[in-house]
Amino acid sequence: MGEKGKMAITKKEVEKIARLSRLGMSEEEKDMFTKQLDTILEYVNKLKEVDVSSVDESRNVWKTMPHRDDAVKPSLSVDDALSNAPDKSKGHFKVPRIIE
Amino acid sequence: MNLNELTAHELSEKLKKGETTSVEVVSSVLKRIKDVDAKINAFLLVDEESAVTQAKKADERIQKKQAGPLTGIPVAVKDNMCIKGQTTTCGSRILFNFKPPYEAAVVEKLRSEGAVIIGKTNMDEFAMGSSTENSAFKKTSNPCDLNCIPGGSSGGSAAAVSADETILALGSDTGGSIRQPAACCGVVGMKPTYGRVSRFGLVAFASSLDQIGPFAKDVRDCAALLNAISGPDNRDSTSATEPVPDYTSHLDGNLKNVKIGLPEEYFIEGIDPDVRKAVDSAVQVMEKSGAKIVKVSLPMTQYCLAVYYIIAPAEASSNLARYDGVHYGYRTQKSENIIEMYMKTRQEGFGAEVKRRIMLGTYVLSSGYYEAYYKRALKVRTLIREDFKKAFEKADVLVTPTSPTPAFRLGEKTSDPLQMYLSDIFTVSLNLAGLPGISIPCGFKGNLPVGLQITGKPFDEAAVLKTAYAYEQAAGWHMKRRQESR
Amino acid sequence: MAETCEVVIGLEIHVQLKTASKMFCGCSTKFGSAPNSQTCPVCLGLPGVLPVINARALELAVKTALALNCRICPEGYTKFDRKNYYYPDLPKNYQISQYDIPLSTDGYLDILLESGTKRIGITRVHLEEDAGKLVHLGAGGRIGTAEESLVDLNRTGIPLLEIVSEPDLRSADEAYQYLVSLKNILQYLDVSDCNMEEGSLRCDANLSVRPRGQKELGIKTEIKNMNSFKGVQKALEFESKRQAELLEQAGKIVQETRLWDEKEQITYSMRGKEGAEDYRYFPEPDLMPVFISEETIGRIKAGLPELPGTRRARFVKEYGLPEYDAGVLTASRSLADYYETVVKAGGAPKPASNYVMVNLAGFLNDKNLAIEQSPVTPDGMAGLLKLIESNRISTKTAKDVFAEMFSSGKSAEQIVGEKNLGQISDEKTIAEIAEKVIAANQKTVEEFKSGKSQALGFLVGQVMKASQGKANPQMVNRILKEKIH
Repeated sequence: MGEKGKMAITKKEVEKIARLSRLGMSEEEKDMFTKQLDTILEYVNKLKEVDVSSVDESRNVWKTMPHRDDAVKPSLSVDDALSNAPDKSKGHFKVPRIIE
Repeated sequence: MNLNELTAHELSEKLKKGETTSVEVVSSVLKRIKDVDAKINAFLLVDEESAVTQAKKADERIQKKQAGPLTGIPVAVKDNMCIKGQTTTCGSRILFNFKPPYEAAVVEKLRSEGAVIIGKTNMDEFAMGSSTENSAFKKTSNPCDLNCIPGGSSGGSAAAVSADETILALGSDTGGSIRQPAACCGVVGMKPTYGRVSRFGLVAFASSLDQIGPFAKDVRDCAALLNAISGPDNRDSTSATEPVPDYTSHLDGNLKNVKIGLPEEYFIEGIDPDVRKAVDSAVQVMEKSGAKIVKVSLPMTQYCLAVYYIIAPAEASSNLARYDGVHYGYRTQKSENIIEMYMKTRQEGFGAEVKRRIMLGTYVLSSGYYEAYYKRALKVRTLIREDFKKAFEKADVLVTPTSPTPAFRLGEKTSDPLQMYLSDIFTVSLNLAGLPGISIPCGFKGNLPVGLQITGKPFDEAAVLKTAYAYEQAAGWHMKRRQESR
Repeated sequence: MAETCEVVIGLEIHVQLKTASKMFCGCSTKFGSAPNSQTCPVCLGLPGVLPVINARALELAVKTALALNCRICPEGYTKFDRKNYYYPDLPKNYQISQYDIPLSTDGYLDILLESGTKRIGITRVHLEEDAGKLVHLGAGGRIGTAEESLVDLNRTGIPLLEIVSEPDLRSADEAYQYLVSLKNILQYLDVSDCNMEEGSLRCDANLSVRPRGQKELGIKTEIKNMNSFKGVQKALEFESKRQAELLEQAGKIVQETRLWDEKEQITYSMRGKEGAEDYRYFPEPDLMPVFISEETIGRIKAGLPELPGTRRARFVKEYGLPEYDAGVLTASRSLADYYETVVKAGGAPKPASNYVMVNLAGFLNDKNLAIEQSPVTPDGMAGLLKLIESNRISTKTAKDVFAEMFSSGKSAEQIVGEKNLGQISDEKTIAEIAEKVIAANQKTVEEFKSGKSQALGFLVGQVMKASQGKANPQMVNRILKEKIH
């Protein structure tokens, strides 16, 4: 990745990533994004220079984190829950055919 | 001066004394919006009716002598914070009609203080950008020069305050999205310590970096707004339980014995010479006011942008997965099956920058690349935090330029994403380390303001505000902006 | 199944925890409510919402892990991770789950087989959130052929416990026993309803086959869509046969996911799966790591109820019951509770065991009732047993009384009184009848005296007849013998 002459990311990888992130894309867009992502990945590759052999991953940690009591709180009404639904039927959200 | 040109603390005094009413103040602000927003385009939504209703309620409270420092004061809210029943678009087509059935924690707090929420401001789509040019709806102009960007992603909020279209505003900051627009527009903008302000109701971009923060015309106002929005929230598991001091209480203008650190890596070649001059003068003013200047080093600075552009897109790629046309928001017109629906909805609903970051984020999290990119970035992030810890052993606060250049022209950097990312070079480190940081005006390049960034230890907003206030009062740039405002 | 082959099975079980509210929000977890009536911005995955952990879910999870002999937080803490994939029943298009630092690891469960006890390793027990429900419209309601689908998000966010076994199971039968034992423990702990029909317990299996003696595992298939314990057993039997036959024919096992078809009784391949999904796990940034103190673990451990294995052993020791009885009685917590209440109320242990295991169970099965719905209460049963023990009624009569108790709900005492079923245990009365019978049956008496012991039975029968069956048979037996000699 990012070695002399080699792309940090290929168009095929971009297609795979687009599919994984459910982003439809025209051929032109694929070409454009391949170029741009290649530039960006080349840039972020500079992290390879850093010696992280004795370092832990950073985490935000507080001493205590709120935990909820197991108490039931009022839910939204069905109308409110579905109020922004692009398509609905019989109290359900409706979606097109699901294929695996 | 018109009411809309005053600060919150000046207005609060007048309101208390009965010299004016909230209705009058709101009316002045609404008139200003009508006069200039067609050119500036700071707002995506102005709710006049609601504003007047809120103002009337505020006036009742003021009469009953139950007013606080923000009662009756107009506040604009960036369009990525949920207001119940009002469209919250995040500057994106994919949420063009989304009306939340609930409200953000900070909005609840503002309401309980009696502030008047007047509308939602424009932003880069999903807070991804440094110029507000990535909004799906309109381009906001910098009130100081209409051909220039207001900064981003909270460009609308910054411009609205700068143009006196509102007294106060809220923005969000993930990599500099409050501080950089504040610098571009010549106003005060602050990012609190991570966890200081509840993120509940803030549409997430990068969960471990996002924070909501105030925009104001001066430091005192900024402190007052910070008071109102800070504090723990048991709906946000990342919100901190540190006690909230009164941030307006140590604004005494005194810099004696304050140790101000200058990280040498932030004073490099490539900074605009006028920016450099302004910042250098600012440091001299602070020294004259009694501060001790110390040189510090943050050796990991050169890696901050790379770490940011791995972690932020990674978290964003997951946070934005929910925008799929199933439960809310935009859905594509025709699709044969659900996968096609997902792909077309997101293709049509998202802009290019958002797509770019989603793909970048998906890539760095994907099998085979997780270790080399995301995991490694998390480790370098630890080193960045340690850098700051060491620097704060020698200094109370650190001072740097907010941005290497003042506001650039609209359209100047839109074709080169990486160039655009480089605007964040001085601001991202604070998000990575979770530190508080403010940008205040420190000069001009022609018409364009220059911003000074002050950062402090975790939960030491008080020291940051104290330093900022003392400098502001000594240098007087906030008065200059006022004199020049149209 | 060829004897040269060995089957290796691992089971992955998901159970819904019995909390009142969901894992990360306060919505109710009640089953069967109107669609989308138990949702809120958090479980709907609306923009801007954040998860907050349900403390009780965490507690129930630790309780279960301890009962399964696991190590809690072996790394010193545990954390949540996002599992990213797109599906309409998953509003955020990621599931908050646990990946590399789960709540607990390295446990075990002992199961009872005919050959003895076998220890099945438990790799991990961790927490995650459930997804919603889909209903498919058109063309028989099957997912691939439906025109549209409806989404109900009530179930989204309910806390799930994932329990993964080591691949230590060696037959479909062992898998079945594992499920039965696991369910028993979970019900003893009262952490889940474990109802496969309602979906509060789900089971997926991994199965591979290898030549006996080979150390390396064969290629495994994942089997899903089994809706009952018997279904699991049948599915695994089918799949082990299918793989064994394939290997015999020198075919290749494809690593794939297969679904069990209950109607056709076969497993079939899920078409169109393009290789393993990349879930891009990463630590959940909206939640902090969770630390569970030694103190908390100690408190939960001390509060564990008596588990099935321990209870079974105690029944043997304390009540002198045979292993078999103890096993049957402790197979369900409610049954064991019922039994012990009977004994505590004064019922003798072995007779109580017989009555619960045979008589009561028989009637309950007939009427398709659970033990909790038994019309005969433990006190009632104890009452009956006391009557038997004090000879007030005969064991034969008692059976009829019990049947009457079951159908009418009346107490034993009441029924005996009303129908005058009291046994005659008075020496004098029986002696009188015995003398009369002896006098009237001299021939039989002579037969008995000359060694025909069965003749006594006839005489006993006559006494019983004369007393309308009320005479205490053992006393009749003794008194006749005394009088004859």
